[in-house]
Amino acid sequence: MAYKIKGAECTACGACEAECPNNAISFKKGTYVIDPATCTECNGQFSSPQCASVCPADCCVPA
Amino acid sequence: MSNVVSLDGILGVGELKSAALTSKGASGCASSSCGSSSGPSDLPADVWEKVKNHPCYSEEAHHYFARMHVAVAPACNIQCNYCNRKYDCSNESRPGVVSEKLTPEQAAKKVLAVAQEVPQLSVVGIAGPGDSLAAQGNNTFRTFDLIAKSAPDIKLCLSTNGLALPDHVERIKGMNIDHVTITINMVDAEVGERIYPWIFYDHKRWTGRDAAQILHERQMEGLEALTSAGILVKVNSVMIPGVNDQHLVEVNKAVRERGAFLHNIMPLISDPAHGTHFGLTGQRGPTAQELKALQDQCEGDLKLMRHCRQCRADAVGLLGEDRGGEFTADKVEAIAVNTDDEARRLYREHVEVERAERHASKAAAREEVAESVAADVAPILIAVATKGGERINEHFGHATEFQIYEVGTSGAKFVGHRRVDTYCEGGSGDEDALEMVLNAIGDCTAVFVAKIGACPKEKLSKAGIEPVDGFAFDYIEESALTYFKAHAERAAQGAVQSRTGRDAVLRPAEPVARRA
Repeated sequence: MAYKIKGAECTACGACEAECPNNAISFKKGTYVIDPATCTECNGQFSSPQCASVCPADCCVPA
Repeated sequence: MSNVVSLDGILGVGELKSAALTSKGASGCASSSCGSSSGPSDLPADVWEKVKNHPCYSEEAHHYFARMHVAVAPACNIQCNYCNRKYDCSNESRPGVVSEKLTPEQAAKKVLAVAQEVPQLSVVGIAGPGDSLAAQGNNTFRTFDLIAKSAPDIKLCLSTNGLALPDHVERIKGMNIDHVTITINMVDAEVGERIYPWIFYDHKRWTGRDAAQILHERQMEGLEALTSAGILVKVNSVMIPGVNDQHLVEVNKAVRERGAFLHNIMPLISDPAHGTHFGLTGQRGPTAQELKALQDQCEGDLKLMRHCRQCRADAVGLLGEDRGGEFTADKVEAIAVNTDDEARRLYREHVEVERAERHASKAAAREEVAESVAADVAPILIAVATKGGERINEHFGHATEFQIYEVGTSGAKFVGHRRVDTYCEGGSGDEDALEMVLNAIGDCTAVFVAKIGACPKEKLSKAGIEPVDGFAFDYIEESALTYFKAHAERAAQGAVQSRTGRDAVLRPAEPVARRA
């Protein structure tokens, strides 16, 4: 279970990286990416995935 | 852009005029007619020291000093209906728009590069392109840290939507940031829910009235915390006709009660091509007269800012010009920077001397009008072509904007600016551009220019706007008052009719290919 970022819609603002409780998001080749191995979908941490809640382009979605 | 004001350009134009000192002496600007161009006698000494060289906080300073924004804060924590975070166009001039995002290290180097090329630089601000305090404000504070070390003479300021502000007040206090701008568009969640579709707060996305209520409470909390810590706060409000226009009178009252220093009511910039909610749904912005009427209504104890140019999050230069294209990341990379601040220091010393003379000279001109013109003569609007330095020093055909002064028996007051396309392109006049200028300054009695061709001169006269080149390179306020005095005499003889003209059209800067 993990989220992913739709690269074509990502504005590279970095809001998601700052909110991720698992440090699973990093900047690679012009866009942000989520490491599926560390992503928990914020289960047990928050009521909703933080990246999807803060993303202005609504491009953080279930993988 | 060629609209560059060099140090020589300001220092070298004409002789500094030494005016006879009046009884008011160098304290000069004693009347309330100065708007946000307050002189030392209007303000406590410590406040005057903070604002006198800040182009966004002092109308007077904006003729002399330059600012730059560094775009280190792309993340945002709210969505506004007048903003589209997906949109990034290099040919637009408005808040939230930027061409290059910078790391704090790149930004600090860019500041040094600009500081050595532009001695008028006095302020570095962080205004996004998202919110400067979103994402824990990490990039913003890191950037300020670096600048404070390498260019300690440069003032630091930031602007924010206020949502995260209460969490950062202590840090702001500790960093010598003495100017903060908060964008406050409402003090009532019912109004707010029509402006903000959602906010991200306390690890949740909030929508509707709850979102607006949280934002409102956080804005008021942050504003109070800053003003009680002695930090100057400017409040920006976007005027959205039919949504918050009349409500902004209440906003004005609320922020005044909480100690805001300056209120800046800006027109909504709205165009379907921007892809914003308001742009796509056809929400219009206000006209020039609607904006001015609201600003006049709010003008009281709290000063109203009228000289805002709603600049980009990476703007560089005097307000109204953008030299950002000279300082793109690759160009900055190639510039050898140093930390020598001598040119900036000399420039500030020069302005300090000129300022005292200017205050005395303006006061003398005001006094003369007050004494010689009957109090019932209605004020008039005058459009001015200027490159800065408070002088009429721009050619009509080269102007990208006209500054608008309201002149009456109580003095000459800067009340706004109107953007236009330059009339002169490659030596010949463009008729469409002239029509646009006529629309932009249609409510003015006269237009002051350094120079103007015969053809536009005739068309302006026909439209009832007197073109005046007799004050070329003179100071704006004194010239406006001299003109007003003559205008009042002509009016008394029945030679001119009072004229209100037509409402003027406000528009953002037209796309200009200026970036590589």
